[in-house]
Order: sequence, then C-alpha cells, then structure tokens
Amino acid sequence: MNETKTLRKVITASSMGTLIEWYDFYIFGSLATVIASQFFPKTNPTAALLSTLATFAAGFIVRPFGALVFGRLGDIIGRKHTFLLTLVIMGGSTFAIGLIPGFDSIGYAAPILVLLLRLLQGLALGGEYGGAATYVAEHAPEHKRGFYTSWIQTTATLGLFVSLGVILLTRHSLDANAAKSIAKFNDWGWRIPFLVSILLVIVSIYIRLKMKESPLFTELKASGKTSVNPIKESFGHKTNLKMVLLALFGATMGQGVVWYTGQFYAQSFIENVCKIDFDQSRTLIIWAILFGTPFFVVFGAWSDKIGRKWIMLTGMFLAIISYHFLFNSLLQIAETEATTTYIGETMVRTLSGIAYWKMVGIVFIMIIYVTMVYGPIAAFLVELFPTKIRYTSMSLPYHIGNGVFGGLTPFIATLLTTIYTDDKLAGLMYPIIVSSICLVIGTLYIQNKIDPPIEA
Amino acid sequence: MNQLKKYAGIIWILLGPISMYYLVQTAATQIIAKPGIDTKIQWAVFGIVFLPIALGLMIFGYYALKGEYDKI
Repeated sequence: MNETKTLRKVITASSMGTLIEWYDFYIFGSLATVIASQFFPKTNPTAALLSTLATFAAGFIVRPFGALVFGRLGDIIGRKHTFLLTLVIMGGSTFAIGLIPGFDSIGYAAPILVLLLRLLQGLALGGEYGGAATYVAEHAPEHKRGFYTSWIQTTATLGLFVSLGVILLTRHSLDANAAKSIAKFNDWGWRIPFLVSILLVIVSIYIRLKMKESPLFTELKASGKTSVNPIKESFGHKTNLKMVLLALFGATMGQGVVWYTGQFYAQSFIENVCKIDFDQSRTLIIWAILFGTPFFVVFGAWSDKIGRKWIMLTGMFLAIISYHFLFNSLLQIAETEATTTYIGETMVRTLSGIAYWKMVGIVFIMIIYVTMVYGPIAAFLVELFPTKIRYTSMSLPYHIGNGVFGGLTPFIATLLTTIYTDDKLAGLMYPIIVSSICLVIGTLYIQNKIDPPIEA
Repeated sequence: MNQLKKYAGIIWILLGPISMYYLVQTAATQIIAKPGIDTKIQWAVFGIVFLPIALGLMIFGYYALKGEYDKI
C-alpha cells in the first residue's frame, strides 16, 4: 500500500513538472503568428512569420544538445537535481519571453532575446523528458513499467491541451466585446500565458523538492559505480552506440513524425490549407486530444503484456497507409461542408454540426496513432540502456527523433507544399517516407522483449 | 533473418549519401530560385541538422552489415 502511494507521488510530481515544461514549450508555437508581429520587422509579414517559425524550430533543434548536457549531469549527480534544474531554466525563460519589449521599442534586440530564450527552452526540455522518464521507470515495479511511464507520455499532449486552452481563454476574456478582446490579446494579452507559467513552475518546484532520488541511481552511487564520463560511454563505445542508433532509426524517428503530424501539422493544415477559422481549428484539436489522451495509458499498459515493439510499429504502419486519405477527407469536409466568408480578402471557413465532429473524429484517429507510437516509447528506451548511462543514452535518440525529425515536421511539410504547389497533400511525403524507413528498420532489427529487467 | 539484417545494411549505407545528395540538391535549387536570406538560413539549418544524421544512418548500416544486430 505504501509502495503504491509512493509511486503515485513519484508519478504526480514528475508528470506535473513535465506537463508544465511542455506547456511552456508549446505556447510559443501556438502563438507564432502573434509573436511574429511583435518581435520581428513588420515590413515583411512572411519573413516575420518564417523567422518566428525558424525560432520555433531552433527550440526543437537544440533539444538534443540539452539531452547531452543535462543527460550527462543526470548520470553523474542524479536524476532529481537535474530535472529540478531544467524546470527552473524552462520556467525562467518562458516568464522572460512574456516580459521582452516588442520590436517597436528595442529594435533587433527583441528578436535576438526571443531566440536566446527559445534556445534555453529547448535545452531545458532536452534535459527534462529523459530525466522524468528515467526517474519514473527506475521506481516502477517489474511488469508495470509501460503503465507507469505512460503517465509521463500523456504530459506532452496534455501540455499542448493546456496551452491551447489558456490561449483561447485569455483571447476571449480581455473584453466583453469579442473583437476588442482579440485585438487586446494581439496587442498585449498574448503575454499572459507566458507570465502565468511562473506560478505553475513554482508549484512544481515545491513538489519536486520533496522527492527522493531514484532507488537504482542511489544504489549505483552508493556502490561507487556511477559513470565518470557518460557521453563517452554512451557514444564512444560500440556496444551502446549501436543501441542509440537503433533506438533512433528503428523507433524514435518514426514515432516523432507520427506524433507531430497528428497533433501539429494537422492543426496547421486545418487552419492554413482548409482555411478553418482560428478558434475552431484549435477547439477541434482540443476535443480530439481530450478523447485520445487516455489511450497513452491503455497502450503503455498493454505493452507490459505483449511487448513495446508491435504496438509502436502498428501505429506507424496505420499512419503510413491512412494519412493521405485522412488529410484528403479534412480538405473535402472544408471544401464541401463548411460555410465560407471573407474578412477583407482573407477567406475563412466555419464548420457547424456534423462537419465539425467529423473533423474531430479524423484528428482523433491520428491522435490514436500518436498514442500507439508514443505510449510505450519511454519504457522501450529505458530498457535499452544500463542505469549508469541511461539518462544520457535514452535522451539523445529521443530528442533527435522528436525534436529534429518530429519538431521540424510542420515546417518541412509546409515547405514541401510551397515546392510542389499543385498538390495540397505534398507535405505528407515527409512523415510518410520517414516513418516507412523507420518501420522497416524497426521490424527487422528490434526484438520484441516482454517486460525485460532493467540493468543496474 | 540474420542474413536479411546484414544485407539490408547495404541499403542503409547507401541511403545515407542518397539523402545527403537529395538534401544538397534541393537546397541549391531552392536557394537559386529564391536567393533571400531566409531561404539560405533555412536550408543551412536543414544541412547542419540532417547531414550528421545521414552519416549516423551509414554507421548504423555498417554495424548491421557487420552483424552487430544479430544478437541483441
């Protein structure tokens, strides 16, 4: 009974912090258009938006470096203090973004500061996830590692859910008049979601300070067997390097693109290609996430019984064969069932009734694929590496797969549609090709081990 | 199965330079078509990020060819 209570505390404390870090990370992406108008020159709006997206992408690209820096620290000094540090860095950077004066006040110092803070956010996130997943896995009993770590897996999606919710709430509560409220939000109200973060971070730091170090790491440290140079041991020795490469090319690379296609490119596609209005393109994602999130735990728990491999690869396979149909259906619904209006020269489509819920259903299917590939991945990665270099070794393939391959998905997919202008679904080439390669590698080389013991 | 894993290693080794070539060629075409600073930065970022990953894929292929993944 006591053990269950301790485990619940471990999961709550770890998940809360990780959820807040994801929230911090995603509000930037969700507010890309507003940020573009505040921090970049207004003379060229496209350049401004692209620069913001690049800044957003920079946050993703730097994540593997965060994995190395904080992973090393976590394998030397311990999991608890390291992911406490990442939380402070993330919270501080997010709060600071909310305070930066706009381009009109301080000129180019504004975008430079935003970029620097965004890089700090990426570094912090690179260190956070591996720490939280390792920490929970090292507390979890045998036969339940997939189930317990899947709670950490829900945080990324819930972080997006909370960020979208806070943005929509703030956007509509600044004035009784809807149009005035949106204007105020675009002017100064967008800072609120950034500033609110500091309160959430303080609460989470308080909870995390009460936590104890992971039992496996404590044991390792007591016996003096911690790694002196985790980076060298992880990537300088063939035995571990080959597993890092397998984790990347056979699992996280495909998982990353399926995740970001289902949650982020889908939203961008609905808003920019289907031309569905700002609020609806977000609320329908919120519904799909709400219905889909429990499945992270379902697939995580199921992976304890049948192994991680086939659940993840089936998710990838389903995504590969159905993406074209699903995105085409979104487009068809928008073109045939939505009401079209013009605000100036901008076309906006609005969905009502069944058409709205059809779109929710399609995004929900994509979120289910996300839960299949992402639910068991933490347990899978933890089981690949020994305790003394686990934080470093699992963090790098995770963040290259998710930060680089996944994080760049909306950016690359949008870019493809500007190269192949005749095909509105051209952006799907990227996730389909990447996950197909990953599927073949995963099928051939990954062994389906059912609940293997984690090496001390 | 182990033979298949080994021979597939050749595909991964080849896929590395093929993807490098595709990336560099697309980058060059795009930069020539739209020679703005945004295009250059964007493709420079893709190059810096994806070229080492392509190299990693070749190393993975080499390990597969050598039979490193036969017993894991």
